Amino acid sequence: MSFLSIRNLSVRLKNGPPLLRRVSLDVAAGEVRGLVGESGAGKSMIGKAVLGILPPSVQITEGEILLDGTDLLRLSPRESRRRIGASCALIPQDPLTALNPSHRIGPQITNRLVDILGWTRAAADARAIDLLAEVQISDPARVLRSYPHELSGGMRQRILIASAFAAEPKLIVADEPTTALDVTVQKQILRLIAGMQARHGTALLFVTHDLGVVSKVCQKLSVLYSGLVLEDSTVTDFFTAPRHAYSAALLAATPKYTDPDAGLQPVPDAVIGAVRAEVDSFDRKAAHG
Amino acid sequence: MAFLRIILLRVLTTLVTLAGVAVIVFFVIRVVPGNPIAMMLPPGATEDDIARLSALYGLDKPMVTQFGIWLAGVMQGDFGTSITTRQPVLGLVLGRLPATLELSIMALVMAVILGGSAALIGTRGRGTRTEGAIDVANGMALSVPDFLWGLVLMLVFGVLLPVFHISGRVTPSLDLPFTTGFYLFESLIRLRFDLWADLVAHMFMPALALAIPLAAIIGQLLKQSLKETMNLDYVTLARTKGYGETHVILREALRNAALPTLTLVGVQFTFLIGGTVIIERLFSYEGLGNMAIDAVINRDLPLIQGIVILFAVIFTAVNLIVDLLYAVLNPRLRHA
Repeated sequence: MSFLSIRNLSVRLKNGPPLLRRVSLDVAAGEVRGLVGESGAGKSMIGKAVLGILPPSVQITEGEILLDGTDLLRLSPRESRRRIGASCALIPQDPLTALNPSHRIGPQITNRLVDILGWTRAAADARAIDLLAEVQISDPARVLRSYPHELSGGMRQRILIASAFAAEPKLIVADEPTTALDVTVQKQILRLIAGMQARHGTALLFVTHDLGVVSKVCQKLSVLYSGLVLEDSTVTDFFTAPRHAYSAALLAATPKYTDPDAGLQPVPDAVIGAVRAEVDSFDRKAAHG
Repeated sequence: MAFLRIILLRVLTTLVTLAGVAVIVFFVIRVVPGNPIAMMLPPGATEDDIARLSALYGLDKPMVTQFGIWLAGVMQGDFGTSITTRQPVLGLVLGRLPATLELSIMALVMAVILGGSAALIGTRGRGTRTEGAIDVANGMALSVPDFLWGLVLMLVFGVLLPVFHISGRVTPSLDLPFTTGFYLFESLIRLRFDLWADLVAHMFMPALALAIPLAAIIGQLLKQSLKETMNLDYVTLARTKGYGETHVILREALRNAALPTLTLVGVQFTFLIGGTVIIERLFSYEGLGNMAIDAVINRDLPLIQGIVILFAVIFTAVNLIVDLLYAVLNPRLRHA
């Protein structure tokens, strides 16, 4: 039984085009699933739907989001918020904007433990110190008293990672957590997330457009194009024998460090055309019920 | 050290501002038509009488000399003597100051409460009819000036539904035990809630009239920045932690969204204080503004000068307070 199970999830802009087209995927406890695709493929939208933070301009038109067997979409907003808060967490994309500029770091990690999960203040504070040590921040006590603007981007992303693991969630959605960082810091952060995930046994939904990241961190992956899941396979299968032509083209388009002079290989127009046709035929079928 | 320099710079610029105000007000009221001597003497007074009275008040000397005499006095805390009441200007002005301060602060509190709630309710119900209703109410509140609100309130709560007093600061027949001019504040300290209620019943309508336009501005601007703040990443992150909408608005968004509003409220509050001049007249409230109008009608030059200087001091003080508050609310400015 998977901890997170998404079934036929469709999301569209209100009175606008579909953004997700009957997406189904599973994330088992302790498993890491990558969501890959181009910009606008809908990968972040899936994470947002799971966490209940879809923008007001979009609506879910069909499907189920089963969290530990319970469909979040059938619960009252209050109850679904409570469940998400108690068992899920988000590692956001941009560490510079994801911390509240007018609060100190400490409360931003500990408040949810106290307010939502009923910890004592002392236990939450001790936990925050441990967590910051775990994400290799030296002098955690000082950092907890700091304001976000006093810390570097890499430091803030470490804090956000620590904060995501604070309540020992069952599932973490990492929304392109390294995209906004320097390349040198990216690798450390990636290693940190992978290490934390392995130690805590957390299921991870990893949104990224970087196949290199997927190969390092994930066990499963879903390839999306225009809100349609084109391929759902294990990482080993994907990298050795991609089933979908678009997947193969994506793999071929990934720059290789072993051959720096090879130049960039765009996804061929024929493949894009074929995928577009697939999306159109899905929409036609959906329109005819 | 840096802090001390900022304070010093601040005091210096304030002095320059006040000096500018002093020069402008002194010469402008002497250039505009009408003079105090004509107001004091009955029609048909002889040239001789006019000359003697002018000499008594020093009005026969060249304007620059008059300014020099006045400025020298001001430096020593002597703002001259009121022509109409023959009492020292400083005492008169300071005697009326508490009434106006209490009225303005009451109005400010009302504006913040009204505008703040409108913004919070509008943000809570954004995209719904609630927000639309709040926008309409804001627009109406903003498009009517304070003195018209005063008249409307007078009609509604003074005449049709007489729950508040329409004139004065306090019922004249009451025995007042106060030693300071801050009646409202002192009545609370002395636990005289009967007097406090009477003062509020007098102050409510003028304060509300002053507050409504400012409340609309606060409501509009705060709602706008709250809505923008609600889309920021740290607010989204707070939602995933299990917090409800109200908590997210109040604890995550409000403080950051309040910063731009605060700057504007500072500026608008000085306009509000300016508005007291007409509102006090309308409600016969015995404050500085009411005194200013009398002083202008009587061409009481020293009194006008004193009042204007005092208003200028209040304005600069308000700006200073706003800047300090801004630093308190915004940690990024604190170490600068």
